[in-house]
Amino acid sequence: MTSGKLKYIDGYGEVTNYKGAFNHVPTKSTLSKKIVSSNKSCNKLLSNIEEAVEKSGLQDGMTISFHHHLRNGDELLNNVMDVISKKGIKDLTIIASSFTKAHEPLLEHIKNGTVSAIHSSGLRGKIAEEISKNNILKTPVVFRSHGGRVRAIESGEVRIDVAFIGAPTCDTMGNLNGKEGKSAFGAIGYAFVDAYYATKVVAITDNLVPFPLNDISIPMQHIDYVVEVESLGDPSKIATGATRITSNPMDLLIAKKAAEVIIATQKVKNGFSFQAGSGGASLAVCKYLKEYMKQNQIKGSFASGGITAYLVELLEEGYFEALLDTQTFDGSAAKSLKTNPNHIEMSASMYANPHNKSCVAHQLDLMVLSCTEIDVNFNINSLTDSTGIIMGAIGGAPDTAAGADVTIVVAPSMRSRLPIVIDKVTNIVTPGDTIDILVTERGVCVNPKRKDLIDLLERSNISLRTIESLRDEIISYTKLPSKNEYHDRIVGIIEYRDGTVIDVIKQVKE
Amino acid sequence: MDQVVVGSIESNDIMIKVVKGMGIEVELESSLQKQFGTDIINTIKEVLKELNVDNIKVMAFDKGALDFTIRARVKTAVRMYIEKFV
Repeated sequence: MTSGKLKYIDGYGEVTNYKGAFNHVPTKSTLSKKIVSSNKSCNKLLSNIEEAVEKSGLQDGMTISFHHHLRNGDELLNNVMDVISKKGIKDLTIIASSFTKAHEPLLEHIKNGTVSAIHSSGLRGKIAEEISKNNILKTPVVFRSHGGRVRAIESGEVRIDVAFIGAPTCDTMGNLNGKEGKSAFGAIGYAFVDAYYATKVVAITDNLVPFPLNDISIPMQHIDYVVEVESLGDPSKIATGATRITSNPMDLLIAKKAAEVIIATQKVKNGFSFQAGSGGASLAVCKYLKEYMKQNQIKGSFASGGITAYLVELLEEGYFEALLDTQTFDGSAAKSLKTNPNHIEMSASMYANPHNKSCVAHQLDLMVLSCTEIDVNFNINSLTDSTGIIMGAIGGAPDTAAGADVTIVVAPSMRSRLPIVIDKVTNIVTPGDTIDILVTERGVCVNPKRKDLIDLLERSNISLRTIESLRDEIISYTKLPSKNEYHDRIVGIIEYRDGTVIDVIKQVKE
Repeated sequence: MDQVVVGSIESNDIMIKVVKGMGIEVELESSLQKQFGTDIINTIKEVLKELNVDNIKVMAFDKGALDFTIRARVKTAVRMYIEKFV
């Protein structure tokens, strides 16, 4: 459901339509904040969340923010929302870096009117379904990439009145990190921008330490209040074990093929940089690349993004000089961030914001992505399922795809009976002009605009086929699924990382 | 009741249950009901017609089986039913 040429969307405002990955040039200044002062008697410690909500001046219609670094173990967002809801505050906008399974109770606060708007990278489960089918929010959900979220906040397009930052370790003046304590999750990359740009910032910790903390990620000058709570959540779901590399033979087959393709691009050489998603075939690609790097004594410069335990292993074994980490995926990788100086924490702005002086995503040589759908124009969907229901996330895909020299999508040609390569994706999340190669178990397709890559792969005897012929073969097995029917109402807006609108999600008819 | 069950409810498979019916009856539960429900029912009816059977009820539990899997499962189930009970 493409946005076409919409000029205005109710509950969102003026629309600038997507016009190419690097063609929307910012003209405004960043958000400025009111100057405040402090003195010796500054005491930030409050006794509980309720007092913090009161002191923050939170009122009806304001905007609050959260990060999702506590993963499926997060109880903080729900606790804060319960307090806010009990106080009778209504019509809040939540700007979250993303939501996880742990945030299902938010549904109640949408239904009782506490929350009336959501901005996020992704949405799943019951909330997503209720929004997609029954339009339970008053305004469309605004979906942004990790880089896009920072850009929107820094530019003042969205203004956070109160940021609630879950801090696994925090001192009494508000210096904090995500690396230590019983709820340690690792990098706290998504929360930097909230701390820098929100009007009021509340740090909430279950590991309060004396001032000064020695390993500071977000420093005290950004923090208004500190609240100590017993627990930020379920440690077993926060400090998760290592993400295992898939044992699914199909994923491994695709990953192996993808590694051959990547090697044929001649990008894997000393000093190269690399990022891969954590799911399915993409992480498995690392395994096959490692073998090649070992045989040819190649050492990369950096691997980045969400950092898994497997990438930590590669760092420790000397395959990369450094890891740049905005969100540590595995609890077990958090220890490395704390102890290894070459495992470097970065803010989401440094990671992926298109509108700053430089970001890591733009320094990438290679990016490996997975997707739920890809179309003949190489557009990718990772946010809605084939029936149009919201069930995924944007993540850093548009940021890294735009930035990397070569972006490779790995995907099975069908999932269950659903064709993955189709005429038109249900929704565009990452535009096809930033995608270079598709690797499936039924063949490899190169975006026709990358003549240089077609040439390189052919020289390495990698057999290529057109994406149209791949689509035809897949559809000959699966047939075409029934077409979706939609209401006119827009329930979600997909912003490209630069703030233009690349697609809209409409309410689905049951 | 006389019945035959073939297939499984594993991904990409379909479980077919055949019992005595009035004319031709087909019931379907599918993980892809919305995308392929009508198509699967039509496929099953086609196979039943090809096999020239009547007074039969097919209950299908689909987990995303491809067309040829559906056809093979239905054929097998109906043949077994006829061998055993007709």
